[in-house]
Amino acid sequence: MTSHKRLHLKTYLLILVMIIAGPLGNLMLGKGMKNIGKITTEVSSPSEFIHVFVRILSSGTIWLGIASLLTFFVAYMLVLSWADYSYVQPASSMAYLVVALLATLLLGEVVSPLRWAGIAVICLGVFVVGRTNPRTTENC
Amino acid sequence: MFEVLFFSLIVMAGTGGELCVSRAMKEIGEVHDFRPAAIIKVLGRALRAKWMWIGIGLMTLGFFSLLAILSLENVSFVVPVTALGYVAGALGGRFFLGERVNWRRWAGVFLVCVGVTLVVIGRT
Repeated sequence: MTSHKRLHLKTYLLILVMIIAGPLGNLMLGKGMKNIGKITTEVSSPSEFIHVFVRILSSGTIWLGIASLLTFFVAYMLVLSWADYSYVQPASSMAYLVVALLATLLLGEVVSPLRWAGIAVICLGVFVVGRTNPRTTENC
Repeated sequence: MFEVLFFSLIVMAGTGGELCVSRAMKEIGEVHDFRPAAIIKVLGRALRAKWMWIGIGLMTLGFFSLLAILSLENVSFVVPVTALGYVAGALGGRFFLGERVNWRRWAGVFLVCVGVTLVVIGRT
């Protein structure tokens, strides 16, 4: 039974890593790109495109975001090696709420009540999508 | 205008990329052996699959579109809207990979659409 408990703990822990590292990654990408400036006004010629591209690739915040998203990805892969996809995916739908929560707390973004409602409905939708059979095609 | 273009690219290229990777991995077959040497062998086979490279190309395009839209819009707006990928995923799974998408999954997809609509309307 203790190994069963440990498996549960391991699963919860990794899902927690997923729903924090994923949104945090997106947040850092957002912050990094806001520092670069609006892409539509920054880029108006091919040479400016390369210049902006280099600035993106030399931004520490962007790389932190990518590292955070990679952490999310590794946690996702690891947890999928023992837990069912139809269990992990609905649990990770929480990430949509977490991203909005962190964006208001850390970046000071304003989220209207209607948008909160929309985000909650999206979470519910993703939850329902995930709670279905992960394999519907025949094995070849 | 640009926003619609970038969101379309994130959803279509991102999901299209995942569908191509999924198709490539299904061609390779289910992975049973998880020893490091066996995984490296699977990776080697995956990198020789045509669909894998199309998938990686599309996902890269999706990622840079995400960066582009994040320079224009708030994260709390962008990330929820990218959930439209589930709609594209269900459609692509049905028509590109021949998966049977049951009514429950369609119901979830419908809820995602309703949620995204609310997020767009609730723009501050």
